[in-house]
Amino acid sequence: MTDPRALRDLGEHPVWIRMAGIGKRYGRRPVLRDVDVCFRPGRVTAILGPNGAGKTTLLKALLGLVRPDGGTITVDGSQVGEAPGYRNGIGYMPQLPRFPENLSGTELAAMLDDVRGFRGEPDETLVDALGLRPEMEKPFRTLSGGNRQKLNAALAFRYGTPVLVLDEPTAGMDPVAARILKERVRSEREAGRTILLTSHDLGQLQALADDVVFLLDGVVRFEGEVGQLLAATGEDELEGAIAALILGQGGGDSGTGSKGVA
Amino acid sequence: MMGTALKVFRYETRNVLRGRAILGYGLFFLVAVLGLMRMGGGLERALPSLANVILLAVPLVSVVFTTVFLYDGRPFNELLLSQPVARRDLFLGLYLGLTLPLGGAFLLGAGIPLVAAGGAGVLVGSGGMLLAAGLLLTAVFTALGFVVAFSVDEPARGLGAALLLWLLVTVVYDGVVLLASHTFSAYPLERPMLAAMVLNPVDLARLLALISVDASALLGYTGAVFQDFFGGALGISISMAALGAWVAGPYLLALRRFRRMDF
Repeated sequence: MTDPRALRDLGEHPVWIRMAGIGKRYGRRPVLRDVDVCFRPGRVTAILGPNGAGKTTLLKALLGLVRPDGGTITVDGSQVGEAPGYRNGIGYMPQLPRFPENLSGTELAAMLDDVRGFRGEPDETLVDALGLRPEMEKPFRTLSGGNRQKLNAALAFRYGTPVLVLDEPTAGMDPVAARILKERVRSEREAGRTILLTSHDLGQLQALADDVVFLLDGVVRFEGEVGQLLAATGEDELEGAIAALILGQGGGDSGTGSKGVA
Repeated sequence: MMGTALKVFRYETRNVLRGRAILGYGLFFLVAVLGLMRMGGGLERALPSLANVILLAVPLVSVVFTTVFLYDGRPFNELLLSQPVARRDLFLGLYLGLTLPLGGAFLLGAGIPLVAAGGAGVLVGSGGMLLAAGLLLTAVFTALGFVVAFSVDEPARGLGAALLLWLLVTVVYDGVVLLASHTFSAYPLERPMLAAMVLNPVDLARLLALISVDASALLGYTGAVFQDFFGGALGISISMAALGAWVAGPYLLALRRFRRMDF
């Protein structure tokens, strides 16, 4: 596997994430088992798997929200430890936007600017594009589910971070907002960002994702490009390919660098 | 970094103050002090009763409010920890953001009527000791609330544990000590009683609150032994130091839990 540090020399895409040997148990239940994955710059990687497969735990381990029992995480060539500075480079959109009830969107954004020590001009294009501006002064508790999710997205994209972690980003959004967000994800990919994405909408993922990491019972069963997955399973669509993986019909290594299904 | 903790503290305080419950807590003490002074016939006579109200209400509200607020605030913690914020900074910010508004509400609610009735001089005497005892209890029971909220995953069970803890230290403990002293009355019990006193923060605060008030009958069994053994000034110093340890111990224990927690 390529040393993440080597990518620094590419200049254009300076961020690379590697999670190696990640294990996590909740009590006696293993959630992640020796997970070894890479996320490449300028690409959208879909993290897929059935409910309870370990997708959100994997993303939270990257963010330091979940403490792995073992393994290492390397971001931009530096191993992640206790120091939180690396999270300056990550924009996170959690699955459920549950922010302090009494703070408005403007106050939440100001709070995040403050705790990040952000001195530049924040990117508020999503606030306007999603029609969120009139809602920004209202307390979070008064926002509808859709507007909460829009605010969640606007905060994740606010700092132009090289890495974006999006956990079910379009859940609860109306079709117009979901389309705007998908376009934004595409433009961020073009800008060379490393984007990690989970979604239950496989059609949406097929349209957005370049790479796939498929987890089943906490084990990586496939890691590679979407095209490789489709070829390995003999399917035309991601939905069929994932079903084949779950049912154990997926093919082996495609011979192009992907991690196949046992 | 201390700066991050102060930022968290500022936002946590704002969130707490907007919740209105803290305003009710301050008003409760305002009404209690005014009512006790009116019914007791003056400031000096109201102080022992006020001490008892403080010794019951401050631990209860501090531990329950903290526990509930921390369970409700888990998403807030998750949001902040996904930013470049260290866990120990977030913890300190949260602790100060709960302790200072709770302590401030108590100080204003109980302090304003005391000063209004007795002048600023009341703060350097028995009234001041009473307020100091209340503030230290706030710091102790907020820290204990952190231990509960970060040790018990389920909010309902956590709230139950917080209430049980309060019942144990305010009501059950003295009864158990009294029973033990009666059972072992044939033995020299001074040192075990002193240990029993230090092991209960409410007993320590009771001593602090009542030692300067002429109400030794209200000190409780362990407090009376403590006062006999150490006397006034030394007793105050020791009980303050012990209460300081009661803040530091649970704080460090809760921090240890928090640093290992999954969100």
